[in-house]
Formats: sequence, C-alpha cells, structure tokens
Amino acid sequence: MLKKIVILLFVTCFACFNTVFAAESGGMPQLNPEFWISQIFWLIITFGILFIVLTKVILPKISDNLETRKSQILENIETADKQKEESQKKIDEYEKIILDSKLKAKSYFNEAREKILDDINKKRAALEKDLDEEISEVEKELSDLKQKSGEKINKIAAETSAELIKELIGEEVNSSSIAAIVEDQSKINRERKDV
Amino acid sequence: MASNPMYQFNVYRIGPEIKIGSVDISFTNASLFMVISSLAILIIFNLGAKKKTLIPDKLQLLSELSYSFVAKMISDTAGSKAKPYFSFIFSLFMFVLFCNMFGMVPYAFTVTSHIIVTFVLAAFIFIGVTIIGFIKHGLGYLKLFVPSGVPMVLLPLIVVIEIISYLSRPISLSVRLFANMMAGHTMMKVFGGFVISLGIVGGWLPLSFSVALTGLEILVAFLQAYVFAILTCIYLNDALNLHH
Repeated sequence: MLKKIVILLFVTCFACFNTVFAAESGGMPQLNPEFWISQIFWLIITFGILFIVLTKVILPKISDNLETRKSQILENIETADKQKEESQKKIDEYEKIILDSKLKAKSYFNEAREKILDDINKKRAALEKDLDEEISEVEKELSDLKQKSGEKINKIAAETSAELIKELIGEEVNSSSIAAIVEDQSKINRERKDV
Repeated sequence: MASNPMYQFNVYRIGPEIKIGSVDISFTNASLFMVISSLAILIIFNLGAKKKTLIPDKLQLLSELSYSFVAKMISDTAGSKAKPYFSFIFSLFMFVLFCNMFGMVPYAFTVTSHIIVTFVLAAFIFIGVTIIGFIKHGLGYLKLFVPSGVPMVLLPLIVVIEIISYLSRPISLSVRLFANMMAGHTMMKVFGGFVISLGIVGGWLPLSFSVALTGLEILVAFLQAYVFAILTCIYLNDALNLHH
C-alpha cells in the first residue's frame, strides 16, 4: 500500500516536472547578452567601492583591534608573571624572616636559661657556703660548750659536794681531793654513758 | 511566467535607461543586489570595527573571526608572501558569500548565478595572478608549465596539458560558482513548483525536499564562496612561490 503511494507520488512528480519544463521558453537568461555590460559595469563599481573602503578604512581597524588585543593580553601575561615572581620573592623573604626569628628566639631562650641556671647555681653556692659556715660555727660552739660544761659541772659538783660535806660533817675537806673524787666519778659516769 | 524555474534569473531594468554612447549600463535588479550585498558587508564590518573594546561584542567578534578566518586561509595556502593581497581576497570572499547568501532570501536575485559576473571576477583574478607571476619571476614564471622530474619523452605532452589547464582556470573558476548557484536555485524553484501543483495531498514530499534543499543550498552558498576564495589563494600561491 505504502509502496504504491510512493510510486504514484514519483510518477506525478515526473509528470509535473515535464509540464514545468515544457512551459520553459527562451532558455537561460544568463546567456542573454542584453545586460552583460550593465552587470560588468555595476560589478566593477560595487566591488571596487567595497574593496577600497574595506582596504582603506575597515580592515586596518580590525587588524589594529586584533593587534592591540594581542599585545594587551601579552602585556597582562607579562605583568602577571612579574607579580608572581615578586610574590614568590616576598614569600621567600617572609619565610627567611620567620626562620631567622625562630632561631633568634631559640638563642634568646637558651641564653636566658643559662643565665638563670648560672644565677641559681651562684645563689645556691653562696647559700651553701653560708650554711656551712653557720653549721661549723654552731658545731664549734657546741663542742666548746660541751667541753666547758664538763669542767663547770665538775667544778660545781666539787663545790656542792664540799658544801654538802661541810654541812653534813661540819668540817672542811680538802677541795683538791673532792675534785679528784668528782673527777673519778664523772669519768665513771662518762664510761658508763659510753658503754 | 512565474512558474518557469529559470524566470528567477531574469535581469530587468529598474528605473530609467542609462546609456553611455550605445552601451546600456542601466541599473538592474542584479545591480541592486550587488549594491545591497556590498552595503551589507560595509555596514556589518564597519560596526564590527568601530568599537575597540578588549572583550568584543557580537558584531565585533563576527568581523574579527572573519578576519582571522580569511587570514588563516591565506597563510595556510599561499604563505606569508600573500599578505599584501589579503584585503582583495577578503573582499572577494565576502562579496561572493554575501551575494550567495542574499540569493537565498525568497524573491531575491542571485548575483553569482550569472556567468558574466563570475567570469569577470575569475578573469580579473586570472589576469592579476598572471601579471603578479611575471613581475615576481620574470620569464621564469613559464617554468610553471614545465614540471620537474618528468621524462623528456612526456615533456611536450605535459607542457601542453599544463598550458591548457592554466588557461582553463578562469573558466573552471567562474563556471563552478555560476553552475552551483544556478543549479541549486533551479532545483529549489522546481520543488517549490511541485508543492503548488501537487497541492495539500501530495505536496508534502516536495515541501520536505524544499526544506532540505534550503539547508543544502545555504551550505553550498558558503562552500562555493570559500572554494572561490581558496582557489584564488592557490593560484596566487603558484604565482608567488614557484614550486613546480
């Protein structure tokens, strides 16, 4: 069915084509020389004017435009590169500064620590010295006191015992013998204590 | 008769008859469309070139792209020596392109569908290229007809063939453009006539053909302008850089 319609269409097309060309008369107007000169004349005028105006006015403008754009783009790229370099330089500087300051801070810290440690050591040494002196003084005093106290006790014991004996017996005893006895006794006591 | 597919190519006088001596140079519909095409080119490109913004608007972009397109075409086919002829080839390309494209407007006249117009253009190019060749190379330009590396026996034959092919350049260049434009417009007219004669029942098939042909013809209009310009470049290349 579809095939038949298509075939029918083509047949009618062909028929129409024939009738259309049958109606043609006189052939191609292009080969009629009546207006050839006129066409050549107007072609030369229009194309000539077009060519001259394009060459003298319009094309230089367009080419200028393109050139300026190109150079501007190149310039911009150049400036961008330069700025990039500069910023890179600045970044380097900045990093250097940071590194330097870090090192400086470290050295300051170390210095301060050493100073403080020195101070502490000095003060401690002085303090220890003072302490040692005081201790030795006190020890000396103590040992003096010990020695003196033994003698004094002996003396007092001798005196008291002389007094006691005097009171008890009513007679004076030779003080040197009493002292000898006290000496003996204290010796014994000391030995006992030592034991 | 309007249904004649060749009727659209008729040239008729517009306005009074102008005569210089016995030569008729009246303003015709063909002249009208030449003027329209040239004016359109001048207006569009002037507007495109006027604004000098860094970021182009549409018209500026159009004109700049056309400029770079033609410049690239010339430098690709004819090298850097062809730069002085850029403006001529640009004008030629634009003129042929606009004439072809204006011909696609319904009821418009196609300037390039007339052999006399294309032949004058081609003959001008042919003569110009030949003169350029002789100026650049003197009589050495005749070496163009003697290709190197051809056996002596074949040389006379080859030279004759080369001369004939060289002399047929303007004819082939003009006939190519003219025949393409005429054939396309005739076909469209014929299919358009079928739509009317077959009516609402059978007219759809030629109508769809017509639509497809319109697209094809716009392509052909551009392509033929491009071919015309690039062949000019190739001829120019022969004249500027003698490679044979």
